[in-house]
Amino acid sequence: METVNVPEPEESLPSTSISNDQGLLQWISTVDHKQIGILYLLMSVLFLLLGGVAALLIRVQLSVPNNNFLSPEMYNQLFTMHGTTMVFLVMTPAILGFSVYFVPLMIGANDLAFPRMNAFSLWIGLFGGMLLYFSFLAGGAPDAGWFNYAPLNQRAYSQSSGIDYYCIGLLLVGIGTVGTSINLIVTIIYYRAKGMSLRKLPVFVWMILINSFLIVAAFPPLNAALSMLLLDRQLQTHFFNNTSGGSPIVWQHLFWSFGHPEVYILILPSFGILSEVFQVYSRKPIFGYSFIVGSGIAIALLAFGVWVHHMFAVGLGLTVYSYFAASSMLIGVPTGVKVFNWLGTMWGGSLRFTTSMLFAMAFLVEFTIGGLSGVAFAIVPIDWQLTDSYFVVAHLHYVFVGGSLFGLMAGLFYWYPKMSGKMISEKLGKWFFWLFVIGFNMTFFIQHILGIKGMPRRVYTYPDLPGYTWMNMLSTIGGFLMSLSFLLLFYILHKSYKIGKPAGNDPWDAYTLEWTVSSPPKIRNFTELPPIYSYRAFRDLKENAKNNKHGK
Amino acid sequence: MMRLVIATEAILFISLMITYVYFDLSVGFTKQSINYLDIKSTGIFSVLLFSSSFTLVQAEKNYSEGKIKKLKIWLFATIVLGSVFLFGQAKEYFKLLNNHFNISLDVFSTNFFTLTGFHAFHVIIGLILLIIVFILTLAGDFDRPNSTALSSIGMYWHFVDIVWILVFTLVYVLPYLLK
Repeated sequence: METVNVPEPEESLPSTSISNDQGLLQWISTVDHKQIGILYLLMSVLFLLLGGVAALLIRVQLSVPNNNFLSPEMYNQLFTMHGTTMVFLVMTPAILGFSVYFVPLMIGANDLAFPRMNAFSLWIGLFGGMLLYFSFLAGGAPDAGWFNYAPLNQRAYSQSSGIDYYCIGLLLVGIGTVGTSINLIVTIIYYRAKGMSLRKLPVFVWMILINSFLIVAAFPPLNAALSMLLLDRQLQTHFFNNTSGGSPIVWQHLFWSFGHPEVYILILPSFGILSEVFQVYSRKPIFGYSFIVGSGIAIALLAFGVWVHHMFAVGLGLTVYSYFAASSMLIGVPTGVKVFNWLGTMWGGSLRFTTSMLFAMAFLVEFTIGGLSGVAFAIVPIDWQLTDSYFVVAHLHYVFVGGSLFGLMAGLFYWYPKMSGKMISEKLGKWFFWLFVIGFNMTFFIQHILGIKGMPRRVYTYPDLPGYTWMNMLSTIGGFLMSLSFLLLFYILHKSYKIGKPAGNDPWDAYTLEWTVSSPPKIRNFTELPPIYSYRAFRDLKENAKNNKHGK
Repeated sequence: MMRLVIATEAILFISLMITYVYFDLSVGFTKQSINYLDIKSTGIFSVLLFSSSFTLVQAEKNYSEGKIKKLKIWLFATIVLGSVFLFGQAKEYFKLLNNHFNISLDVFSTNFFTLTGFHAFHVIIGLILLIIVFILTLAGDFDRPNSTALSSIGMYWHFVDIVWILVFTLVYVLPYLLK
């Protein structure tokens, strides 16, 4: 047994409840990575509600043709805010929440390397999100889409101050995200348990390490673009203003050289979560550890060489297209490798179909659909035909929801007992799972067909063309099913927290170090650590104990 | 950690410089640079900024050897050189603004002020950090060579210098050489 020599205060014990001895103040002033992790998840839930309401309003507007429920101006604001919120203020905080909570626990550290910077990153991010939403009160929300193309983002086309709030809000969110990523990298490099070499790192931690490097490299182009846009709007500069020598294409290049890596930033942590979940519920080690880590690194590197596939409709010339079409197809390879890793992990294992495992298995199906429609977009003529149609909307939701969110859900049901100390009722969890899966596919699968039939995205209504009406109505009903399932989820989480069965330290018979400590963990994570022999340190410990018992 | 901060800042400047180069290709862009910018005076101020990297290395060296008095002198020299460079930038900005050359004039002015302004902003941050260390040194907090603060700030300061080498080459020297 090794003792940990990371000093940490012990005076206040964390609790997942707001009503502890120091109350709300403790939550606001906390620098403990577990409490900050939970605050990140709560922030994600808050903005999920806001972004979800925006999505529902959009679906209500689109439920019947020639609808006037929302004005075109309001519709533009809502789809912009929906996209921006879900990407920057829901997915990202959820990922960071799981990362800051579980990375130290999985590597045997007592906190992140810079606990106060961790708190700063959280609050600056929350402040950025609130600024973004304040725009509704300040004359109008941003209304040029989440990727905010020039010249629509210029004063002449968007006169409210919404886009200024978009720039400042996202700059602040970006500072927080980059700060946390730097924090995580330093923690993973310097604060691992003794004996835990990089080859013995759990796959989740590996993915977070790769992902943090991606964030550090991908956010600066966005920050540069946002600063230029703010100058354009506030000081009448000429970066993106095509009437005075500026170039809207520069915005597209800068935005997508951030935006495409961002897609992988949102999916890699889910890959990490799934790798843990598949192992534990299949009772097998991950199939091809080095391949799953190596393909993660390959994805991160390739992510910076594919951004122009978002811009095939611009007219950049055949050479550029050939290169980016090839690189975009290439990135499908490491992603495919991972899918086979997970299938191989399940193969021959004794599977346990918990809610978490169901989400992981559903991920394989949904994400493959999203991946295949993505590869279709790498083919330039198909892209020209389908770009800016509902096919894109269907594709991106299959990747973001069917991919990232399903992975995060698997993580939530896997780790909830650790974070709260209470078990979730499997019966209710499965109700949620099926309701969500059916609602999700009902909403978005039909949009593939709508897109192929030619329905453009981001238009507030549509004429009564053959098929449009019933397909949109179906999609809207699916959207309501999804929201219903989310209400059920919140009910389940609340109920489990109140009256769930106590979880114990290791309810899933799991493999990694976070399950060695109590649920929820004490403020000081570890006082002693087992020796590390592999990336399944806790399993090694349990096997050794078993063998010793039998006198071997 | 500082290396990661510098990495992310470096990519920010690369983005800004690529944008500059992109607009550089448009008509009349380099001509503006030659007409408006004063390569000689900015060149002299640039040399001062570059030498501040040298003085800071001296400060770090003396700090690691425990010579606190020399540390104070070299730190002060670094701060003075950095401030003089900023004064030079301010002088150039005021001259340009008096000639009605402002940020919203055209594509060149937009890019010039943004790129050099972002750099100047980073010099200011570096100076603030150096001044904090200087004050702490005077207060006696840097008596023994056991803090990594100075070497971290040093890394940042050298980075800001290297960025200026690139920006100065791109904005001043190349148009002058290629005219």
